[in-house]
Amino acid sequence: MSGPVQEQGEIFDVTKVGDYLQFTVVAPGVAQSYRPGQFVAVAVGGPDSSMLLRRSFALYGVKPGGEYAGTIQFVVAAKGRGSQWLLAQRAGARLDLVGPLGVPFPLPRESVPAVLVGGGYGTAPLLPLAEHLIAAGSEIELIVGASTASRLFGELAAKRLIGSVTVTTDDGSAGQRGWVTDPLPSAIERLGAEIVYACGPMGMLRAVGEVAAAHAIPAQVAVEESMACGIGVCMTCVLPVRGEDGLTRFLRSCVDGPIFDASRIRWADVGTLPADVLGADGM
Amino acid sequence: MTAATESSTGPGEQAVDMRTSLASFQLPNPVLTASGCAAAGRELGQFFDVAELGGVVTKSIMLKPRSGRPTPRMAETPSGMLNSIGLQGPGIDSFIANDLAWLKQAGARSVVSIAGHNTEEFVNLAKRLYNHPIDLLEVNISCPNVESRGQVFACDPTASARVISAVRRAANPNVPIFAKLSPDVTDIGLIARSVADAGADGISLINTLLGLVIDLDTMRPALGGVTGGLSGPAIRPVAIRCVWQVHQAVPHLPLLGMGGIKTGADALQFILAGASAVSVGTAIFNDPHAPVRILAELQAELAARGFASVTEAVGFAHRAVAEQEEFFASRKLGVGA
Repeated sequence: MSGPVQEQGEIFDVTKVGDYLQFTVVAPGVAQSYRPGQFVAVAVGGPDSSMLLRRSFALYGVKPGGEYAGTIQFVVAAKGRGSQWLLAQRAGARLDLVGPLGVPFPLPRESVPAVLVGGGYGTAPLLPLAEHLIAAGSEIELIVGASTASRLFGELAAKRLIGSVTVTTDDGSAGQRGWVTDPLPSAIERLGAEIVYACGPMGMLRAVGEVAAAHAIPAQVAVEESMACGIGVCMTCVLPVRGEDGLTRFLRSCVDGPIFDASRIRWADVGTLPADVLGADGM
Repeated sequence: MTAATESSTGPGEQAVDMRTSLASFQLPNPVLTASGCAAAGRELGQFFDVAELGGVVTKSIMLKPRSGRPTPRMAETPSGMLNSIGLQGPGIDSFIANDLAWLKQAGARSVVSIAGHNTEEFVNLAKRLYNHPIDLLEVNISCPNVESRGQVFACDPTASARVISAVRRAANPNVPIFAKLSPDVTDIGLIARSVADAGADGISLINTLLGLVIDLDTMRPALGGVTGGLSGPAIRPVAIRCVWQVHQAVPHLPLLGMGGIKTGADALQFILAGASAVSVGTAIFNDPHAPVRILAELQAELAARGFASVTEAVGFAHRAVAEQEEFFASRKLGVGA
């Protein structure tokens, strides 16, 4: 598998989707070796920008195609100045991209029933994952949720792909009122699911992991941590993760993740320095 | 992206000799990575051949594995960033077995940055590295310590000299040692003279400036470590001022300059101020190809000004106007030709 590349991708299309903008960018180098779960790091503000740090976005809608035909998609939500700059970019403009980055979702060797859970634009990377699982003969269900209807993403594409989607919103403006974890237990039981995949806010991922654990099945989750480089050199995006040897280490979300087994992340200790994390005694 | 090996000189221009030296360490070119911004080179190896660089300066390594500080560890600032990573690392044994071994097989020149809580730890690190093939030892005395009550060694000329003289005695005599200085001092020339007298073969400067960002949502410090180190182009004029002053204070010592270098033109400012080589740091986070791009740009900047080699540009800004004009007249080229 070839690694990440840096390339100047031309924006092919920008489409408004609810509160988000969906970018389609011609980036054959990034598209070429992409696997579901990976992300792209985008420079913002132009060559003389005062914003040095790249913004990372989960990839979906990747069409590897030929050497010059590869396109990628990602979703941008207005957050800070960097995403505001991106939101002002239009078709024809070029973006400085580095990708594909991170480890992909682990895919089962055989078909297994799976529930996919997306929060907000976190649904995006689950769409190509769903395609892979369906192609492998897996029976899947998808639950998508958001605070409100305009912050949902991908439910139409998912309906076309899977046939049915369960929708939840905090305010009841679409689907059932509540959280994605409300319909999750019955979906797991109905399907006899053997794995849960999720992408969304950290609180949601933690809750999804707890539901999966209660059903004695694994949850593979894509985390969202603040990153500076995306390529593993800056060490800013670390999480306390328990290894197979029982030791907890600060692992980089960008290169050791963004996909982690939810049961290995010490959710309650995120943002702290646990005394038993490897090397805490060296501080 | 532009490869470093690609000639950046146009027709009719002479190729610039990019070779330089840091004490006894001979480099094919003057662009290195900066400590803490390139891990130990392996990740950047996905983007370019790290052996093309003057050298890879590794993230400061300590004796034991070190977790680093809690998140958040980073805040973006205007033309820069504030970080409090806290020297997360695997410890010297794992570093030698994995990171140094990788750099060696990659054919890279290795500058190893070491950090300790006290003089004894620095000495032990130098001893552990004694028999390993490293090209230069960068002694990070601008990190927190316990001997000076939470200050950094590099803020105190006596503490700085104590560490440097001890490391110089303990390290392999064939390996030059450079002291890495902090800009957060009243008189950086004083610290420079102190480490020079203690036996430093050269000086790396500057480390980050101490800063703080308040998160307006929480109305608390944005970083888990409360304070952090400011880096990036925002600090570049401070760094160039420090290189200028230290070159004046210890003109016989080679300097490795760093702090906000994003382009070849930035690198040239450091060289003209007195640096024999430069390290590229935070710019890597913006552009993983930054070191090789900057190398090609620097070569073009030198050629455009009529320099035949990088060494003749070192400290050139300190020369009087008449002396500069004479230099170029002697080779029948005008300044800026």
